[in-house]
Amino acid sequence: MNQSATISSAAPASTRAGLLVRYGIWIALALTLLLLPYVFSSRLALSTMSLMGTMIVFALSYNMLLGQTGLLSFGHAVFFGLGGFATVHMLNLVGGNSYPIPLPLFPVVGALGGLFFGVLFGAVATKRAGTAFAMITLGIGELVASSALILRRFFGGEEGITTDRTDMLRVFGYSFGPQIQVYYLIAAWCFLSIVLMYAITRTPFGRICNAVRDNPQRVSFIGYDPSTVRFIAFSLSGLFAGVAGGLSAINFEIVNAAQMGAVESGSVVLMTYIGGVGNFAGPIIGAILVTWLQLILSDATTVWPLYVGLLFIGVVMFAPGGIAGLLSMQQPLLAARTLHRVLPYYFLMFVPGAVAVAGLAMLIETSHQFSIRAAYGPRMTLYSIPFDVTTLTPWAIGAVVFAVGLWLFLRAARLARNAYDAALPQRGNR
Amino acid sequence: MNEARPVPAIELAGVRKSFGPMEIIRGVDLVVAPGERHAVIGPNGAGKSTLFHLISGHYRPDGGTIELRGEDIAGMPPQLINRRGLSRSFQVTNIFPRLSVWENVRCATLWAMGHKYAFWKGVERLDEVRRRTEEILTEIDLMDRADVPAGVLTYGEQRALEIGLTIAGSADVILLDEPTAGMSHAEVERVVALIRKVSENRTLLMIEHDMHVVFDLADRISVLVYGQVIASDTPERIKANAAVQQAYLGTEAA
Amino acid sequence: MLEIILVSTLNGVLYGMLLFLMASGLTVIFSMMGVLNLAHASFYMLGAFFGFEISRRLGFWPALIIAPVLVGLIGMAVERYGLRRVHKHGHVAELLFTFGLTFVITEMVEMFWGKLPVDYRVPPSLDFAAFTVFSVNYPAFRLFVLLISVAIFIALLLTIKRTRIGLIVQAALTHPGMVGMLGHNVDRIFMLVFGVGVGLAAIAGVIAGPILITQSNMAALLGPILFVVVVVGGLGSLGGALVASLLIGLVQTFAVAFNVSLADLFGTSQLSAVLEVWLADIWRVTIAQIAPIMPYILLVLVLIFRPRGLMGTRDT
Repeated sequence: MNQSATISSAAPASTRAGLLVRYGIWIALALTLLLLPYVFSSRLALSTMSLMGTMIVFALSYNMLLGQTGLLSFGHAVFFGLGGFATVHMLNLVGGNSYPIPLPLFPVVGALGGLFFGVLFGAVATKRAGTAFAMITLGIGELVASSALILRRFFGGEEGITTDRTDMLRVFGYSFGPQIQVYYLIAAWCFLSIVLMYAITRTPFGRICNAVRDNPQRVSFIGYDPSTVRFIAFSLSGLFAGVAGGLSAINFEIVNAAQMGAVESGSVVLMTYIGGVGNFAGPIIGAILVTWLQLILSDATTVWPLYVGLLFIGVVMFAPGGIAGLLSMQQPLLAARTLHRVLPYYFLMFVPGAVAVAGLAMLIETSHQFSIRAAYGPRMTLYSIPFDVTTLTPWAIGAVVFAVGLWLFLRAARLARNAYDAALPQRGNR
Repeated sequence: MNEARPVPAIELAGVRKSFGPMEIIRGVDLVVAPGERHAVIGPNGAGKSTLFHLISGHYRPDGGTIELRGEDIAGMPPQLINRRGLSRSFQVTNIFPRLSVWENVRCATLWAMGHKYAFWKGVERLDEVRRRTEEILTEIDLMDRADVPAGVLTYGEQRALEIGLTIAGSADVILLDEPTAGMSHAEVERVVALIRKVSENRTLLMIEHDMHVVFDLADRISVLVYGQVIASDTPERIKANAAVQQAYLGTEAA
Repeated sequence: MLEIILVSTLNGVLYGMLLFLMASGLTVIFSMMGVLNLAHASFYMLGAFFGFEISRRLGFWPALIIAPVLVGLIGMAVERYGLRRVHKHGHVAELLFTFGLTFVITEMVEMFWGKLPVDYRVPPSLDFAAFTVFSVNYPAFRLFVLLISVAIFIALLLTIKRTRIGLIVQAALTHPGMVGMLGHNVDRIFMLVFGVGVGLAAIAGVIAGPILITQSNMAALLGPILFVVVVVGGLGSLGGALVASLLIGLVQTFAVAFNVSLADLFGTSQLSAVLEVWLADIWRVTIAQIAPIMPYILLVLVLIFRPRGLMGTRDT
């Protein structure tokens, strides 16, 4: 009896110290969200962080499907968009009639909208799994996006539906006019959603989702109906996507049909996967990184989606665990205190990697200028160096820089892998 | 129904199953009494695994009745059959490879413990589930591997986990499909002891090729040849049965 | 009325056969390799742009040969150096790889040809009216496209029925998963099948380009419909893909031809005045306007009533 008691306290992963660490993370997250505006206080930074908060909720909701339940959906923006439309219409209704409802409660409307349509479309889509499921969600996405252009009264056609968030009941005098107030509204909902979605992973349902991801057929032999599991996961994921859509509606005061389209659906796939689907924090990293990339790249180049697409393919091919996967690979090294042995190799990889990217960018931008922007003339400036794209030189330089960088990078990567394997503690007793 | 006889745990009558033009199961009758350890033997391709797939709901029979404790379960989906108290293992290891061993077993206990699709209660706080999971892990001797992803277990360990998943729920009718396949001699002995233990208060139906295991464990043996049960009797009488000798034992266990 | 029906049928079959040119390659790739190539429509788009660029320099007929071969080679390279690498990470990774490819190909096309439609014209040698029915001229090029797709369909059928590769493809269609047991040349067969599959899509691109609009969004417009075709037909079923291609081709063409709305049907009455208020947008929508969403409605209906698709036998 005594012996079994000691085993039992040691067996589950969460020991008492583990609990402390867990709450520590939540406190740190809350503090970070609170203090961020003091570090990045410009208007641009605030609106970027608001957008990131929205996208974090969206990407995490997507990972309830992809990472947790193994369902690849290509129509997730539908729930984001419909949640947004539900919120906007409710805002206009409440604002028009001066009902006493404060703004911070409105993401609930988005949640209900997302849940409603999650249940509706989930009933059709979750009958199937795998590739068929992916195609069905793609079809549903197209169906909703094209219907939106027909049902103009509800969706407002191409212009969309606008609203005024400041027109609500004020609590403690907050008008939610200034971006900083909207930031805190989004941060609070983001925090709440992260906590809830994390909590769901640690429930009987959350664990069965993982089981369905691993082996749906076996699940039905331990009493569960895999399609019911998929259905609930799909509905809940719709709910949180709806929250994100509601936050977006409040942030931008406009929702339009494009937000439900294939581009938006694809973008959430990219950010979630680049961040890492196997780790709860992965989509958070992905949402922050991709939002930031979109921002700086769209400033620098018109073909920025190409870079994001190439990054995505790179991750799929070489780092299927995403960024979070790469980071969590370092954990055993950190625990064994051997990380310092590998770090120089990572740095060694980084330098030629950056060179290769610069070379590739040069090739891409030069050909882009050559073929499309020819109307602007053959001269362009890259990395502050002006040159003529009709000569061979920039192409040759780009190709050489890219090839040499790539070659060195691959060599460095091999070295780093060997170093990693050597630094990895031998698998012994746990 | 005969009054002297208790309701069988499993009763099959005239069960048929075809794949395209091939009739694999050609009218199987089979009775397994409650608490019995019943082995199904037969040459390769006789349809043993297909029979298990039919009983457990993986396939839908083309004809005949399958009763679990007197209740017709033919054509039900696997999860409904499982909830009625029948659980099975697979010939080819069928576990949740990316989940830890602990998680594998815990998932298998959840429905039976009444937690269903609950997404509002913390799974770590369910003491009863934790105790049950420990119990099973101790029983299959994988307690010290609890935190390892099931996919990296050794073959023998995965087979043990397979049995663990099968017994973790509340099922009292257990189907084991070749539990000792591909094992070393020492491993077989451990698995036999494990099967003996887990079948104590349950009804057991198993497919097995190792005749030592069959005659060691089984109370009754059914012989399946070309989709039909040609004999179903005690081990002694099966050994003596001429038809069985000819069809099966004569070639393999002579 | 009769002329509308005749011309719509011709156009519907034409559109359906073009869809099937793509869906057949997609289906064979899926059956053999277990991967639904999400970038299939992107290869079709590449075919159209290569066709445009080559026919601008060398003429249409060389383009009809060279463009599909080029795209097929690109496809083989993608299979060899991309897809095969990703294979070990599982199906989701493979799907995502082809998904990423759609992004990259679209962006590459925009990088070279921009976002505006290019001037890809019907070749002069085929720019005349083939025949005239009820004072409607039917363009020769359309007839040519129809003939080419039917010819390829027949060639495909013969290849599958008569050749060794065809036997392997057949085996893959009926017993997916068995292909892996065919021995070590399976890698080369995969590469070939992928190349030929996307090459077929490229042919569709070369010949459809002058009829439809050759623009960088053409893959995004057609891709989803293509996937509806293979799901509605039943994943992995060539016959199903043919039926679904024709079905969707005809449904969409006829929908465009019939420009009626609920409001038209009910005319002006007391009832219609009431309905108009309640149904608002739906009331005035014409069938032509909902033509783009017809395939998806079909998809949902098929899924509700025949979850495995019209002729599918497989669950996933």
